[in-house]
Amino acid sequence: MEEQQNLSFRRVPQEERKTDTILRPPSTYLKDSLYNLSKNPLGMIGTTVIIFMILFAIFGPIVLPYSYDQQNLRNNFQPPSAEHWMGTDNLGRDMTVRIAYGARISLQVGFTASLLSLTIGIFYGAISGFIGGNTDLVMMRFVEIISSVPQILYIILLSQVMPKGEITNIIYVIGLTGWMQTARVVRGDVFSLKTREYVLAARVSGVSNFGIISKHLIPNAIGPIIVSLTMSVPGAIFNEAALRFIGAVGTTIPSWGDLARDGMGAIRSSPHLTIYPSLFISVTILAFTLLSDALQQAFDPKKR
Amino acid sequence: MVNYVIKRVLLAILTIFVIATLVFVLSRAIPGGPFDRERPLPPTVIENLNRKYGLDQPLFNQYLLFMRNVAVLDFGISYHLLGDETVNELIARTFPVSCLVGVWAFALAVLCGIPFGIISALMENRPPDVFFKIMTTLFISIPSFVVAALLQYTLAVRLGWLPVAMWGSWKQVVMPVIALSAGPLATITRFTRASMREVLDSDYIRTARAKGASSFTVTYVHALRNALLPIVTVAGPMFISIIGGSLVIERIFALPGLGWRLVQAITGRDYSVIMGLTIFYAILLIAILLVVDLLYAFIDPRIKISQGSRSSEGGD
Repeated sequence: MEEQQNLSFRRVPQEERKTDTILRPPSTYLKDSLYNLSKNPLGMIGTTVIIFMILFAIFGPIVLPYSYDQQNLRNNFQPPSAEHWMGTDNLGRDMTVRIAYGARISLQVGFTASLLSLTIGIFYGAISGFIGGNTDLVMMRFVEIISSVPQILYIILLSQVMPKGEITNIIYVIGLTGWMQTARVVRGDVFSLKTREYVLAARVSGVSNFGIISKHLIPNAIGPIIVSLTMSVPGAIFNEAALRFIGAVGTTIPSWGDLARDGMGAIRSSPHLTIYPSLFISVTILAFTLLSDALQQAFDPKKR
Repeated sequence: MVNYVIKRVLLAILTIFVIATLVFVLSRAIPGGPFDRERPLPPTVIENLNRKYGLDQPLFNQYLLFMRNVAVLDFGISYHLLGDETVNELIARTFPVSCLVGVWAFALAVLCGIPFGIISALMENRPPDVFFKIMTTLFISIPSFVVAALLQYTLAVRLGWLPVAMWGSWKQVVMPVIALSAGPLATITRFTRASMREVLDSDYIRTARAKGASSFTVTYVHALRNALLPIVTVAGPMFISIIGGSLVIERIFALPGLGWRLVQAITGRDYSVIMGLTIFYAILLIAILLVVDLLYAFIDPRIKISQGSRSSEGGD
């Protein structure tokens, strides 16, 4: 018996004490989540595709030896070849470079419109969740009311109010109509976060309401916010393309939706004119879907 | 129960009122008038037309008149078009087309989505589940108009099985229905799978198994019934997405339905048609959402409907 006690209470030698010290610097929530993301193959495929699309949009028009409006009527409706990778359209314009220009528009609209709707949604949701009570009830009822009509309907209506031909108007139209989902998510998060001790501590030390919302509550809801960003980008790209596809808006430089619609007329003889733009739309949306699924898992503390 | 129904109905009326106001403001903000032509009409003609349609009144009076008309479900007459077709007649003429396509799309999504989801949940991480996962991811990512274009190219142009577009025979319904239902089908498959998994992992299923119930009884008697309940809640959002999709799909397939008429009215600034159809859509959707809500409260005994609506409580 005594022997055993001596065994369990022996002196710890110097070298064994080191096992107790923390060898690595502590990791943050964001770092952890990004590490989780890098271990998710589907998420990484999505990220790679998105990066490729961005590079294609930036460098495609610079590197390719054509411009988006350079016609060659003797060379129209060409199927894909070594010279024109994705063929040429009815006026003999190179499809590859037109799709690269389309990528500029679609991605620009996708990112900026969702950033706009994200900003609106974050603040609307945060204010609603933070104040609570009847304000929250009215604000959330309003969200419920306007989301009972399909977004595309608002977009079509608004796109007629805004003057045509400007890409910024399309961004406003899509951004102003797509913030409801983010508002709901952020409100739910803020609703539960605001009862935490650190909010009380901040309040005791005299931080203003706006300070609490912008410095404490929103940063702590960053996971769901990033997820809803990656969810709303493909939505914006889809809406932009659908709007073009039904011909409700137009700009001088065609976007993917325009290209797909223009190709529809010649689908019998030159299907590549429809297939390539549609493929780019679908693959980009797919990449964002994969990334957002992966992020959702990466940010979920329960899935660690 | 009666209180709950009254509360929901009042809220639905409030919703329609807010949407009608929004639509009124938006449609009046559209630049250009309904009688703009490439060759301008003589001013007296425009004046007379404005008087005929009440457009010479102050905006607030127009708003009051509009609201009164909404209240009695009279949406006036189209400014354009030949003859004097009223918006109500227009709805009566075009809605059956949209309704037929929409209901078939909904039925297809539900009838395929639920079994797919159940199979997926029962065979977690095995080949069928992986297959359905890939399928739903694709269906969610591919926009409906791309599905429509692909269908037109393969089934109509290449194989020649179906006519490319237009309306008339059942053959022309097939492709729009498939294109419209792809997205909702994926949503409902995923939702069923998640719901079924949650139930299968719950305590009372373990209890049923522990008490020696056969795997068939556990799956189809205990789990399935409880897993199917929450699916009623996605019916509302699914209808919204089908109606939103129909605006695009009807145009692609040249279906003489409500969605295409609305798009035409918007680009032609046909105020009364825009407002009439939008509000018709809103009323339709809100009625569906109301029915779904009441149905859910009715079939799920865990919801205490006497204490007020679900949505007024915290957290989503």
